[in-house]
Amino acid sequence: MASLPIAVERRSRPPSRGRVRAFVAGLRSGDEIAHLITLMFAASIFLITALLVFELWRNSALPREHFGWRFLWTRVWDPVFENFGALPFIYGTVVTSSVALLLAVPLGVGAAIFLAELAPRRISNGLTFLIELLAAIPSVIIGVLGIFILVPVVRTTVEPFLKKTLGFLPLFQGPMFGIGLLAASLVLTIMVVPFIISISREVLLAVPVEQREAALALGATKWETTWKVVVPYARTGIFSSVFLALARALGETMAVTMVIGNDPKINASLFAPGYSIAAVIANEFTEATGRLYLQSLIELGLVLFVVTIIINGLARLLILTTTRRATAHP
Amino acid sequence: MKKAAVVLGLLVLAAGLMVTRTSAPSAAAPTPVPPPADALLINAAGATFPYPIYSKWFDAYHKMHPDIQINYQSIGSGGGIQQLHAGTVDFGASDMPLKDEMLSQLNLHVFQFPTVLGAVMPTYNIPGVNAELNFTPQALAGIYLGKITKWNDPEITKPNPGVSFPGNDIVVVHRSDGSGTTFVWTDYLSKVSPEWKSRVGSNTSVNWPVGLGGKGNEGVAGIVKQTPDSIGYVELIYALQNHLPYGRVQNSSGKFIKASLTTVTAAAAGAAAQMQKDVRVSITDAPGANAFPICSFTYLLIPTNIPDARKDKAIKDFLHWMMTDGQNMVEALNYARLPKPVVAIEEKSLSQVQ
Repeated sequence: MASLPIAVERRSRPPSRGRVRAFVAGLRSGDEIAHLITLMFAASIFLITALLVFELWRNSALPREHFGWRFLWTRVWDPVFENFGALPFIYGTVVTSSVALLLAVPLGVGAAIFLAELAPRRISNGLTFLIELLAAIPSVIIGVLGIFILVPVVRTTVEPFLKKTLGFLPLFQGPMFGIGLLAASLVLTIMVVPFIISISREVLLAVPVEQREAALALGATKWETTWKVVVPYARTGIFSSVFLALARALGETMAVTMVIGNDPKINASLFAPGYSIAAVIANEFTEATGRLYLQSLIELGLVLFVVTIIINGLARLLILTTTRRATAHP
Repeated sequence: MKKAAVVLGLLVLAAGLMVTRTSAPSAAAPTPVPPPADALLINAAGATFPYPIYSKWFDAYHKMHPDIQINYQSIGSGGGIQQLHAGTVDFGASDMPLKDEMLSQLNLHVFQFPTVLGAVMPTYNIPGVNAELNFTPQALAGIYLGKITKWNDPEITKPNPGVSFPGNDIVVVHRSDGSGTTFVWTDYLSKVSPEWKSRVGSNTSVNWPVGLGGKGNEGVAGIVKQTPDSIGYVELIYALQNHLPYGRVQNSSGKFIKASLTTVTAAAAGAAAQMQKDVRVSITDAPGANAFPICSFTYLLIPTNIPDARKDKAIKDFLHWMMTDGQNMVEALNYARLPKPVVAIEEKSLSQVQ
């Protein structure tokens, strides 16, 4: 009975007879089924993303029509007079994520190298457990700790120190509130470092022993083996940990909004308060009355999506060029 | 071929399972507790500020009328209005009275019923100053406009004889999340300062001229506590529960009034005369010697035409109970009760609902 549809198919499409037979054979062995199921899963990710963009696009028609491209570089966010622009939020998001990664990448990769290559296995496992615990702390807890512990330290110690030593840079000038872009960047650093450490360590541990033995046999020191053989070998995995960290930093909401100061203005100084896209959506969405206001918040969601794609693309491009150079001249 | 049939059958079965799996949770989610057979389930959503008293009221009412259950979701005023518009709830709740243009966007007529009163007051942290400070309206408006930048400005020092202020910069703190608290605060500033009204205006979120934003009452209180020389504003209930220091504010008769349940109710009573025409009257800077100037009602948004007759009767009965016996519960939760003249006005408008 079951052979009937296949038989019909065979008759109707004689040239593809071989392919059909191969398909049936694959079906029997399970390969085709695995292929179909995994394809379905992969397609669902694409579908969800497409649906998300479609919904964001559809529900932001009003401000797109009303403000046009001006939305992207308007610096005002005024719910009373209904004038909305995304620039201060884009600025705050990009600055805090960049500063956080600038601090977190050396810190995280360095810690991962220590844990994977240098530390005794027992200490390494214990510390890794603690780091994974850190990654599991809810962001609202990190935010509260940020307000009550980190912010006073930033105001009384970190900011005065930066002002004294690097105060000639516009980055470290102006009044010191504690709360602001710097505090938000530090909170983000704390939140993304566990991702970088945890994944990078796993990747470093997965580097084959033969690689190390070969390097050592050639007379390399332990550090030379680690830095010139093991780390480059694990480079792709380390990069993907950085991407994950970046994604987390760009989208982080709760912890950021509690320490960033929530002021949609653009200031060169890291001491000044700022605002991020995710934070303003979380803050104002529930009480947003009026359709233009609500849809402007949804358009901000679309902007965040595009910003994420652009930053991810740029980072990938950077990595592609550097790895190519690295493989060309080892 | 037989094997292929089995595999195909399994595949179909798996697909079927996946369909039932995905549809099952969405069907199960909205009814957490199955109500009795003849129970009447009324759904409402909206403001978060009155949520403690609303949930207490709905619970107490359910105990008196076991067949009526009112579900209230505190998703925020904006969300409540959206849901009312979409028809997914039977009534909504808002901290801000709906303006005419908002009402015209809704596809149904609603009555706005004041339920309880809330107040907002300035809280501050000035090292070396422990006194309870007096604030004039001009001082508060000037500080929030960014025009008064130092604590030793004459507008601040004049009504506070004997207090020695530092000459430091004022750190202004406001709410970052959209909230009824911000609406009351900005509504007050709009009334006492023409410049505020034209430059900033009043809303649940505004374009602040200066200041740091904290999320929620706890965010503002946290920043004020952490930052020397700062000033912020918080909800009366939050300040009372957390024993925050807060200042007196000069009212329309020139007296400096400390916020309390009685001075807030006095403000509402002072505004009752205006409420005959429209219950949406703003009661900030209300007349009355003992009226605290920064307070407001919070509202239930009741559709004038409820098609389901049983629901209609139940909601009206609840509103009547809320304005009478229900008011006895509010002070235990630090809300100010409705003054008698306001209750009379509301009873009258309730009788007009079809």
